[in-house]
Amino acid sequence: MTNVSVAKEDVATSDELVVLRSVNKHFGALHVLQDIDLTIARGEVVVVIGPSGSGKSTLCRTINRLETIDSGTITIDGKPLPHEGRELARLRADVGMVFQSFNLFAHKTVLENVMLGQVKVRKADKKQAEEKARALLDRVGVGTQADKYPAQLSGGQQQRVAIARALAMDPKVMLFDEPTSALDPEMINEVLEVMQQLAREGMTMIVVTHEMGFARSAANRVVFMADGRIVEQAAPDQFFSNPRSDRAKDFLSKILHH
Amino acid sequence: MNVLLDHLADFREGFVGTVLLTLASGLLAMVLGVIIAGFRVSPVPPLRMFGTAWVTLFRNTPLTLLFLVAWFVVPVVFAPGLSPWMKALLALSFYTSAFVCEAVRSGINTVPMGQAEAARSLGMTFVQTLRLIVLPQATRTVVAPLSSIFIALTKNSAIAGAFSVTELFGWQKTMSDQGYAIAWIFLWVALGYLVITFSISGLFRLLERRLGVAR
Repeated sequence: MTNVSVAKEDVATSDELVVLRSVNKHFGALHVLQDIDLTIARGEVVVVIGPSGSGKSTLCRTINRLETIDSGTITIDGKPLPHEGRELARLRADVGMVFQSFNLFAHKTVLENVMLGQVKVRKADKKQAEEKARALLDRVGVGTQADKYPAQLSGGQQQRVAIARALAMDPKVMLFDEPTSALDPEMINEVLEVMQQLAREGMTMIVVTHEMGFARSAANRVVFMADGRIVEQAAPDQFFSNPRSDRAKDFLSKILHH
Repeated sequence: MNVLLDHLADFREGFVGTVLLTLASGLLAMVLGVIIAGFRVSPVPPLRMFGTAWVTLFRNTPLTLLFLVAWFVVPVVFAPGLSPWMKALLALSFYTSAFVCEAVRSGINTVPMGQAEAARSLGMTFVQTLRLIVLPQATRTVVAPLSSIFIALTKNSAIAGAFSVTELFGWQKTMSDQGYAIAWIFLWVALGYLVITFSISGLFRLLERRLGVAR
């Protein structure tokens, strides 16, 4: 990874994949994102945690502009987020997103779900798209379900298809917006395992989650949000064993002891 | 009693006229309605405004008034030399498109927001999202109200008869001018309309059943 011959600044800038600078957003009177500064390096896995209503999902959704921001800048791979239109569409194709409620296309089969983006957005050849889709479905362990409709699958299977659908676009970064929050407990692990594997393979990931186990084992960095602000960020070991802020201590004491 | 048999050719001509006018304006209304519905949910404010204005104008104007405009204003201001049939087509389809638009829009609103968000996050454009993801899923909900709209269109096409377009209802006037008993004339005209409207509701019921299986 280190390249000695390149100047230090160059390494730093080219390694910054997602950069948020003093991002602010309001929902009416509610100031959901307050002066958010966050930089995510290429290959980094960042887990965003915090109490509900802290703005972590909103933060995740601003990164591919599913939510617009009121002020500040967001750049992805050096390019600022464009306004709604073709250019934004092109940029979104490079940013994979996995939703809490899966959002698989209900009228398409599992296979079609994973092929659609490749064919319609990347203009890939149908045959190649199908091959890739089948390979990805195998990789996330739902290869045998390819011809079923999403409604015929369990939640865990649907979410793994959703991950495959996002991966089919060869994204530079993957956003996970509470990917396991709508799942039955016994299905959470099968999704987390896929995510863990992705993290090991070096995918850049921003994960909003309540799964502290995943944060501990897969994250390079934990970002703790409360009331629209980033209160604390640290390596997972440090954050979980020795949180600095009272807000984080309070939060951890509530979720870790019961 | 023999009004139908005596003037079968005229009746057939009127019947075919109504069918053709209904088909053509239904088709045009469908195309316009879907496009305008797309405008109304688009992220571009001027398009949304245009869509809202279109629906407000054509849904709230009496159809007879639209016919008068098509007959006396459109030729002067926009397109001179339109045939009466074309003018009737324009008036009927613009009027009906406003209702189609609102039916389609209500269908679009039944598709969960997450479907469009997932499509957009894959990098689909607005038009792709609408065409590939949202509209196909809205179809099921839209079929039932559309059948009512097209039945209304069939009956509305009778107004064209008053503007000397050859269609079923116009036959009635010709026949009563010739002194035939009005009750029989109306019976045959009504039967003619029933054939068309029953066909429409049958067709849509079939469509509904097929879409139901597909899910």
